Amino acid sequence: MTVKTIAVTVNNVERHVTVKADTTLLDVMRDELGLTGVRAGCRRGGCGSCSVMIDGALSFSCLTPAMRADGRTVETIEGVAASPSDLHPIQRAFIKHGSSQCGFCSSGMVMSAKALLDRTPKPTRDDVVEAISGNTCRCTGYASIVDAILEAADELSA
Amino acid sequence: MYRKKHVEFPENTPQSFHAVGEPVTRVGIEGNVTGGLKLTEDYAFNGLTHLTMVRSPHHHAKIVSMDLSGAEATPGFIRALTAKDVPNNIITPMQLIGIGPKDERIIAQDVVRYKGEGLAAIIAETPEAAAEAASKVKVEYEELPAVFDVEEALKDDAPIITLHGKNYFPYEDHHCRRIRFGDVEQGFAEADVIVEQRYDTGPVEHVPMEVTGTICEPTADGRFNVYTNTQGLFFILALSSYVCDIPPHKLRFLGGVTGGGFGGKVDGVTEYLAILGAHLTGRPVKYFYSRQEEMQISSTRAGWRFYIKDGVKNDGRIVARKLVGYANCGAYNRLVNYGVTKGAAHVPGPYTIPNVYADMHCVYTNRQPASAMRGFGVTMMDFAIESQMDIIAEKIGVDPWRLRLINAYKDGDMKAHRKEAEGTALIEVIQETAAAIGYDLPEDLKALKSYA
Amino acid sequence: MAKHFGRGMAAISYPTGMNLGGDPTGALVYATSSGEFKVTLSSVDLGQGLRTVARQIAAETLGVPLETVNIQTGDTDTGPHCHGSFASRGTHRMGNAVIAAAKEARDVMLSIAADMLEVDAEDLETDGEGRIHVAGAPDKSVSVTDVCLNGHFGIGKTISGRGMYLKEFNTPDPETGAMDPDDGHAHACCVAEIEVDDETGIVDVKKFYSTYEVGRAINPALVDQQIIGGAWMGMSYALFETTSPYNPTPDHAPADFTEYLMPHAAEVPEMENIVIERPNPTGPYGVKGVGEMVSNAQSPAIANAIYDAIGVRITSLPITPEKILDALDAKA
Repeated sequence: MTVKTIAVTVNNVERHVTVKADTTLLDVMRDELGLTGVRAGCRRGGCGSCSVMIDGALSFSCLTPAMRADGRTVETIEGVAASPSDLHPIQRAFIKHGSSQCGFCSSGMVMSAKALLDRTPKPTRDDVVEAISGNTCRCTGYASIVDAILEAADELSA
Repeated sequence: MYRKKHVEFPENTPQSFHAVGEPVTRVGIEGNVTGGLKLTEDYAFNGLTHLTMVRSPHHHAKIVSMDLSGAEATPGFIRALTAKDVPNNIITPMQLIGIGPKDERIIAQDVVRYKGEGLAAIIAETPEAAAEAASKVKVEYEELPAVFDVEEALKDDAPIITLHGKNYFPYEDHHCRRIRFGDVEQGFAEADVIVEQRYDTGPVEHVPMEVTGTICEPTADGRFNVYTNTQGLFFILALSSYVCDIPPHKLRFLGGVTGGGFGGKVDGVTEYLAILGAHLTGRPVKYFYSRQEEMQISSTRAGWRFYIKDGVKNDGRIVARKLVGYANCGAYNRLVNYGVTKGAAHVPGPYTIPNVYADMHCVYTNRQPASAMRGFGVTMMDFAIESQMDIIAEKIGVDPWRLRLINAYKDGDMKAHRKEAEGTALIEVIQETAAAIGYDLPEDLKALKSYA
Repeated sequence: MAKHFGRGMAAISYPTGMNLGGDPTGALVYATSSGEFKVTLSSVDLGQGLRTVARQIAAETLGVPLETVNIQTGDTDTGPHCHGSFASRGTHRMGNAVIAAAKEARDVMLSIAADMLEVDAEDLETDGEGRIHVAGAPDKSVSVTDVCLNGHFGIGKTISGRGMYLKEFNTPDPETGAMDPDDGHAHACCVAEIEVDDETGIVDVKKFYSTYEVGRAINPALVDQQIIGGAWMGMSYALFETTSPYNPTPDHAPADFTEYLMPHAAEVPEMENIVIERPNPTGPYGVKGVGEMVSNAQSPAIANAIYDAIGVRITSLPITPEKILDALDAKA
């Protein structure tokens, strides 16, 4: 099987990882780089828990061959906060609204929210609902997640 | 946020708290939203191996032969576990509190009882090698007649599918959990109207976002670190000790923070095989369900069937209920026998009915096993009972709110399972909900209280 | 083709604790030299927030600030027995164990403080902000931190406590079913307002009104999250979910999220929730278990609302559009 060493900038740090043709970006993040906030919920593109941004575009890392990330930048949930004491407004809003219970889906939810707000600073409620439609949550009933994202949008665009 | 409303109850004495009653922030939520939350699968191990099951394509079949040679020749193959490797290959989880019979094989032995049942565990260096090796195991089956429906399974000519020789879970000397309270036939004779209806509920998955799984790491001092997302650490530790014949003091279970459970993470299956695998290979073994296995192999909430017959007076008082219930526990009952008993204590629902008769069955079929799930034994009964209330209300021409309020249980009432009711508040939640939707209840219903 | 509005109700009760008991849970509490309190458990936080309520119950009983209490759970080498997180038992069993352990630790803390202040321990009270005062003499006080320091370095005495809660196992009578299965009941009443499309058979849940009686809400935010998330799961059970589309035949079982249907954010109805409290005498600070019952009232309320809307009674779950259309055809 084809093996290749890729160069990928992950959360602003360039990394070199040797991957096979069938290695997913998800496995690189979790197993090679220890970024376990990127969650493996289904490995079939059905739950959004593994979402990352590749060159700013939201992607399911479980369906992305690692080789496709060669030469690109990847942002994961671990790169969203400036520091542990300086969380992103989306993250602060999730905490305030209690938008995370078991926590498993939160990584992907925050990434989907960030992808939305990066391109649509003043989203409608429907925009938010659509933006997280690829992310499954089993605990919250979604309402508090939508509320948090709308509040973060207000803060970011203020 | 909900609206908190003060309703007078005898226990509502004024108290002041500094920590209780406050909406303080969830412990751990910062980790949830930054990716810092560490779950079972997030710990790294040197030399980690991967376990995959060889699964039955048949609902019910004899295992005529199994040839592991193709698997053994696969690069990366380490070891296979089959039934003979499981020291105590028959259990039922509630054996811990003396409930039996034991009915479940951890690895199928001689017979497979549901589609997807595991016949062999393949341990390999990588998940891909394990999957490839598993695909090369050759199994010869002789298909047996299968049964899926609860009432079909209890017929005299149904194929017997269990090890204990009955397609029902025996409750002492009975084929069901019984409730006998008052005289139900007398109650029907006194009733003005009889209302009979059948209800069915389908099986559903727990769908924890984090799939069920275990990583077991043997330690240098001969113990086992068992990283698991189980909902019951000591519960599954005790069962693992029995299944694997490893003394409990050699098992250290590590978990406590889990990505959702909803009742689905108390089956023990991944723990038993990861521990046995680590024990027999000396390597750390990871056994996590795939999402497909979580959906199709892990236990579900049982599908249920109910036949309800109620005797009702023209004024709305329910004077008799006969309920026959069937829980479809699939091939192995796991905790369903317990849910059936829990359901038996809920036959009148939150109402006081003087004559109650119930036969609640836990029935084996050739389906994926069922087990506990949020609302165990009660959720599906509430669907049936509360649908029934509206059917009764229409039939006798009584307002559904009145029907519920005049039958509502109160402090001091005797329930059908002969426990006196206390701390009741059904009347008050109904009254408050009526007020919330702007439904002005008649004065006689507004005056009702749950306590004297 | 038309959309039909309907309204339906359901009322429920739900037992607290593992059916029939036989399920002990333990807790250990101890102070560090710096005045932090650790609560050691083996209970599991599944997202319901067990660690959060453990922290609140321990801080309340000890009389110390919430942020000085930390919860350790999930290691059977250090934590005492817990049967597990299920059956709406976690807060009830664990909470009672934590109260017992925290009371024992508090008594030791107060006895050391009493020696330091040269008063009787019975005359002391905690302010929940980190100090222990002599009742009636507010200027006579000592900090919890100093008490813990003195316990460790001054007199060599552990400030700790042990707690265990057990509801004893109860065997049902095989003939009559007589049994004592629970530690009280929580209650709920739910009204569902829906719209049924008689062309597609699709049921759109517009609004839930619910009242819950929960004993005591240790943490109203977490109770609120259970109620809202639980309502979503109840609606999902009513209208969407099945592992067995041709039940009881097991064929065509869904394999993943693209085949296993659940509602998403777009289908979430408006909700108006009320909570009332009737404290449970056996519960820690009056708790009843609410984790499971929040998903129970929706399916009958929706079924009753469908009948109200279109006059067909669906008696099997899930209530799929196919069942609605078949029932409408049969009625016509």
